[in-house]
Amino acid sequence: MTVTVQSLADTTGAQHFAPATEADAASIIADLAARGTPVELTGGGTKRGVGRMPNAGATLSSARLTGIVAYQPTEMVLTARAGTPLADIEAELARNGQRLAFEPADWRGLTGTTGEPTIGAVAATNNSGPRRFVAGAARDALLGVRFVNGLGEAVKNGGRVMKNVTGLDLVKLMAGSWGTLGFLTEVTFKVLPVPETEATLVLHGLSDVDAAKAMAAAMATHAEVSGAAHLPELMSAQVLEGALKSDAATLLRLEGLSSSVSVRLAFLQTHFSMHQQSVLDAEQSALLWREIRDVTPLHPLRANDRRPVWRVSMAPDSAVLMVDALRRQAGLAVFYDWQGGLAWLRMEADPEAGALRETMKRFGGGHATLIRADAATRAAVAAFEPQSGPADALQKRIKAAFDPAGIFNPGRMGF
Amino acid sequence: MTAIGFLAPRADVLARRRTIIADLADLLPPEGLVHEPRKLVPFETDGFTAYRRVPLAVALPETTAQVAAVLRYCAKMGVPVVPRGAGTSLSGGAIPQEDAVIIGLSKMNRILDVNFANRTARVQAGATNISISNAVSDAGFFYAPDPSSQLACTIGGNVAMNSGGAHCLKYGVTTNNLLGVTLVTIDGDILELGGEALDSGGLDLVGLVCGSEGQLGIVTEAVVRLIAKPLGARPVMFGFGDAETAGQCVSAIIASGIIPVAIEFMDKPAIEICEAFAKAGYPLDVEALLIVEVEGSDAEMDDQLARIVEIAKNHKVQVVKESQTATEAALIWKGRKSAFGATGRIADYICMDGTVPLSQLSHVLRETSKIVARYGLRVANVFHAGDGNMHPLILYNVNDPAEAEKAEAAGMDILRLCVDAGGCLTGEHGVGIEKRDLMLHQFTQTDLDQQMRVRAAFDGDWLLNPSKVFPLENRPAA
Repeated sequence: MTVTVQSLADTTGAQHFAPATEADAASIIADLAARGTPVELTGGGTKRGVGRMPNAGATLSSARLTGIVAYQPTEMVLTARAGTPLADIEAELARNGQRLAFEPADWRGLTGTTGEPTIGAVAATNNSGPRRFVAGAARDALLGVRFVNGLGEAVKNGGRVMKNVTGLDLVKLMAGSWGTLGFLTEVTFKVLPVPETEATLVLHGLSDVDAAKAMAAAMATHAEVSGAAHLPELMSAQVLEGALKSDAATLLRLEGLSSSVSVRLAFLQTHFSMHQQSVLDAEQSALLWREIRDVTPLHPLRANDRRPVWRVSMAPDSAVLMVDALRRQAGLAVFYDWQGGLAWLRMEADPEAGALRETMKRFGGGHATLIRADAATRAAVAAFEPQSGPADALQKRIKAAFDPAGIFNPGRMGF
Repeated sequence: MTAIGFLAPRADVLARRRTIIADLADLLPPEGLVHEPRKLVPFETDGFTAYRRVPLAVALPETTAQVAAVLRYCAKMGVPVVPRGAGTSLSGGAIPQEDAVIIGLSKMNRILDVNFANRTARVQAGATNISISNAVSDAGFFYAPDPSSQLACTIGGNVAMNSGGAHCLKYGVTTNNLLGVTLVTIDGDILELGGEALDSGGLDLVGLVCGSEGQLGIVTEAVVRLIAKPLGARPVMFGFGDAETAGQCVSAIIASGIIPVAIEFMDKPAIEICEAFAKAGYPLDVEALLIVEVEGSDAEMDDQLARIVEIAKNHKVQVVKESQTATEAALIWKGRKSAFGATGRIADYICMDGTVPLSQLSHVLRETSKIVARYGLRVANVFHAGDGNMHPLILYNVNDPAEAEKAEAAGMDILRLCVDAGGCLTGEHGVGIEKRDLMLHQFTQTDLDQQMRVRAAFDGDWLLNPSKVFPLENRPAA
C-alpha cells in the first residue's frame, strides 16, 4: 500500500505522521504494520510522560484531525474529530450552557508538559475529574468512537445515542487504553447542562480518617454532593492562593438550581454542625474544584521538581488507611478526591512502587498509576498496575485482536 | 415464525448426550442438573417466546467453582453453553439450542456484602434486580437501574444485557452502575475484574463484559453502586395535541438545564389501552402524553416542576395534571407501568427497542405509524423519551401465522428506520437472536470482524451463547 502522506524524519530517523483524514491514517498504519514498525500514538502530547516510553520508530499524531463534526445542544451529544483541542470543545459547549460532566483534567501544570490537550486523548486516557465519583468517568459519557485498528482498518463502535447495547461495547475498551488498541479518529460524548449555580461547604481541621467518614456520611444523605475532596494540613494552603489557610479542609460541593443548592447547603451545615465550617460561593467554588481537578496542590514549586506522583484508586474507606500505613515507610504528601477513593500521592524521594502496591494489597487492593516521574524512574517502574495470570493473558489476547503486529504504543501499559 | 435461524446442532455432541449428562451430574450438587425431557421444557425459551429450542441439559450450580467446573468440562468436550438468569430476555438472549447446556444462575441469588460507606453491594448473579434495592432500602439507599421486569430479572442478566429502565436518564444504565464482576471464562478461569475502586487498573474489561450477552464468559458475582435515596419524587403529566409538539417539549425541557429522572412518552393508542386497564385518569382527547418526574425536597420539586410546566405551556400543552399526594403520583405512574400488561390483554405484541437521536423522535414516530399501517397492523408507542429509546408495540394475533410474519417484518423495518435516523438497533433489550440478522444494517463487516476478534480472545471455539448477536454468516472459523 502506498503512503500518501508526507512524513518528516527527525535526527533519530523516526518518522512523524500527522494525517488529515481517517483514510490517510489507515494507509499509514497499514504500511507501518506491514513493516512491523512500532508507532507512538499521540494527541497534544501532554500525557506523553505517563507509562513506559514506547521505543517507536514512528509517531502518529491526531493534530490535523480537528473540528466538531456534529453538535445539537438539544440532543446533548457532541461528535468531534479526535485531535480537536479540548479547549475548543469546552468553549463551544459553554456557549450553549453545557459541559462535559466528567470534568476532564489538565495535567500540564502537574507534569510540566506543554501542548494542547485533545478530546481524543480525553477518551484514550479516560481522563476524569472530581465529579467522576457521582457522574461517571469519560468512559461513561463516551457514546461512540471511530478508530483505525492495527490492520489499518477504520472501525466504528457505539453511536450518537445515549442508550445503545448493540454488539460488544468496544467504546469502553478504547476509553483508557492509552493508544494501545487503536488510533482514535472521532469521538462522541454525551454532554450535560451547566447547573445554575454551585457552592462548596468546607469542614476545617479534620484528620484524614475523620474526613473520609464525614465524606461518606455526606454521600449517604439526599444532598446530592457532586464533589467530595479532602486536603490534609498544608495541602489546603496550596489552593485558592492560600485562602483556606493551612488547616485541613474537607470539601463538599453542591450544584443545581439556586433554590435547591441553598436548601441542600443548609441541610449539610446542620448535618455537620459539630465541625468548624465555611462556605465558598459559586465563583470560589468553581476555582477550587478546577484546582482539585488539575492536581494543583502537587504542582511543582520549582521547575526541576520531578518527585514521583501516583494516582491511586481504591475503595473510598480504604485509601486513608493505606496511606497512613505507607507513611510509616516513606515520606509522602497526599490529598484525596472522590470521597477518598482517589489519592494523589507525591513521594518525597524514591517512587516506592513495591511498598505502595504491597500496602494497597493489604488494604483491599485497587490500582496505582505513576503520573509524574523522571525518565530513569519511568524506565524502571511499571507505571500501570501490573496484571498477572489469566487476566494478563486475556489482556494480551485483546491487544492482539486489535493490533496483531503489536505496533501501537508497545509496552506502554505493560503490554 | 421460523425466520430466524440457529446454528445446526453439533451431531457429535448430541451423540454423546448420555455421557455428557452423567459427567455433568458428577460436577454438580444433587438436584443441580436437569435433563429429563419433561423438565427441560420450561427452559426452552425466554421473554422472546416466538422461538423455542429444548436444551441438552440445564446445570444449576450453587458456587462459582461449580460454574467453572461445568465450563471447563464443556470447553473440553466442545459443548455449547447458554447462560440464563431469570429468562426474561425480550431478544431471545437466553433461548438455548438442542446441543447446548444451559447454566442457570437461579440458585446463586444472595446479596453477599453491603458497604454503605463505599456505597457498594456485592451480589450473586442470580439475585433479582429488586432484591438489591430491597436489601438496602431501610438504610436509605437504592440500586438505580430499574428495567420493567425488575421483580423477576436477575443482576447477572442485567449485566449481560446492560439493562436500562425508566430512571436511567438521570442515573445511567447498568454499565454506569457496575464496579466489578467475577467472570468465569470458558476455560474455567475465575477472573475478578474491577472491584470497589472506581477505575480499572488495565483495560476496562468490566465495561467490555457488561452488555456482552453471555458471549465472553459467565458472570457469577457483581459489585454494584448504591445511591442515597432522594427525599421525594413527584411526576407531572402533560397531554398534547400532536406528537411533534410533545417531542419538541422534551427537547426544550432538556435544553433548559433541568434533567428530570424520567421523561416517558405515550401515544394515543397507548393512552387508550392503558387508561382502559388502569383507570389512571389519562386524557383521551390528546394525541400524546408525557410523564415527567423530578426528585428532591418539596421546595426543590416545586421549583423544578414550575419551570417544567412553564415550558410545557409554551408548547401548547392541552392538559396538565400535577400530583399533590403520593396516591395521585402513583396513579399517574400506574397507567405507564401497566402498559405492557395492558397491551397484552387486548392483543399479542412484539416490543421493539431502537434508540434514536432526540431530534429524530417525531420523524421516527411518524414513519413508524406508516410502516405498521403498510402491513395492515396497529402500533402503540410507550417509551423513554428523555434518552430517545423507543418501544413501539406492534399488535398482532399470534395464532395467525401470516400476521405474525407481518409483525416481525414491520419490526425489522422499524429498526432499520431507527438506524437510518442516526440511532441503533437496541437501547436496552440486547441483540440476542431477534436483531442478530440486522447487525450489518448498523455495522460494516469490518466493524463486526473487530468485535468478533475480541470475542475470540475469550472464546476461540465459539461455544458461549453461539447463535446470538453476530450473524451466522461470515463468522471466523473456530
